[in-house]
Amino acid sequence: MEDNNLLSLFVKSIFVDNMIFAYFLGMCSYLAVSKNVKTAFGLGIAVIFVLLITLPVNYLLENFLLKSGAIAADIDLSFLSFILFIAVIAAIVQLVEMIVERFSPSLYASLGIFLPLIAVNCAIMGASLFMQQREFKGVGEATVYALGSGIGWLIAIVCLAAIREKMAYSNVPKPLRGLGITFITVGLMALAFMCFSGLKI
Amino acid sequence: MSLFSKENRETFFSPLWKNNPVTMQVLGICSALAVTAKLEPALVMGLSVTIIVAVANLVISLLRNTIPNRIRIIVQLVVVAALVTIVSEFLKAFAYDVSVELSVFIGLIITNCILMGRLEAFAMANGPWASFLDGLGNGFGYATILVIVAAIREFLGSGTLLGKEIIGKEIYELGYMNNGLMLLAPMALIILGCIIWFQRAKNPELND
Repeated sequence: MEDNNLLSLFVKSIFVDNMIFAYFLGMCSYLAVSKNVKTAFGLGIAVIFVLLITLPVNYLLENFLLKSGAIAADIDLSFLSFILFIAVIAAIVQLVEMIVERFSPSLYASLGIFLPLIAVNCAIMGASLFMQQREFKGVGEATVYALGSGIGWLIAIVCLAAIREKMAYSNVPKPLRGLGITFITVGLMALAFMCFSGLKI
Repeated sequence: MSLFSKENRETFFSPLWKNNPVTMQVLGICSALAVTAKLEPALVMGLSVTIIVAVANLVISLLRNTIPNRIRIIVQLVVVAALVTIVSEFLKAFAYDVSVELSVFIGLIITNCILMGRLEAFAMANGPWASFLDGLGNGFGYATILVIVAAIREFLGSGTLLGKEIIGKEIYELGYMNNGLMLLAPMALIILGCIIWFQRAKNPELND
């Protein structure tokens, strides 16, 4: 394995395999919370945080409990992975919710309903499933991947929120206002992000 | 209340177009976009989601009076995850190629917002039969959008539908080319944006 492997994985997961633009993961909260930059930033931080905890935990579970031969030679529990992953995610989101409520009531108030929704944010579950599919070599790689995809998600949501704040001043055709134009904006942003594909460090 | 009373029919039909989960309620976008480069995976995905959302709605609606309010999300997630596991194993056994093509997106049905949205908003407050119909309606509404987007993308992107050649050789000989851009991820977003535009232009009362 090369030395710069982790760095390359990190940059790749931010730009090339961006959760939003390459896989459309976490779109629901992405569209719903991107009306102003401040809330968008808060949600982005929450997503990074949850990803950073859940991915290594799920990695350890996957490799030391579920994989065939992990606990005993002929036991393959990998069909349980969906249930186990989502349980871990739901529990950790509950934890984050309590911590945010305790230490930053203003953030808690502005995130409101969307914090529990992180539990069903596809970006979190998607990262765990990609981790399972790509068979990372160690906890380190899984953590770096979590950080990278979290930051990628944050960049995407902050950019969209900034564009939508500006777009409030433009004259969009009436039926296209709101959801329609947002989709088209995200599509154009995704086109722009495609110029990173093939990026190597 | 009879099985097909007016409310029940409304429950079933309104999500198909007027109150479509994808274009109106903005639920379940993630997978709607990712699996629509070809028609076949989109059909399988739409069907899987319909079955899962209908059965999950039914189960949660039956359990709704026994679930403690504080842990309801976890209960809902476990029910959904169990159903998704069954569907995923079933696809691996009987439609392996499609299940490889859908890769992680079958697993991601668990976090599909349509499921949690319908469970929270409908199944927790309504009886089993109405919930089942609501699940079917929303599943079909989701599948409809998936199939429309996938058909446009596959037709313009590869000139095929369900893998069959639609555009004849003669047209290619005249200089027609497939639009490769259609197969790339961003076009799904733009097509969906246009569908929403069309839908809202037809029904002005839906405008924001």
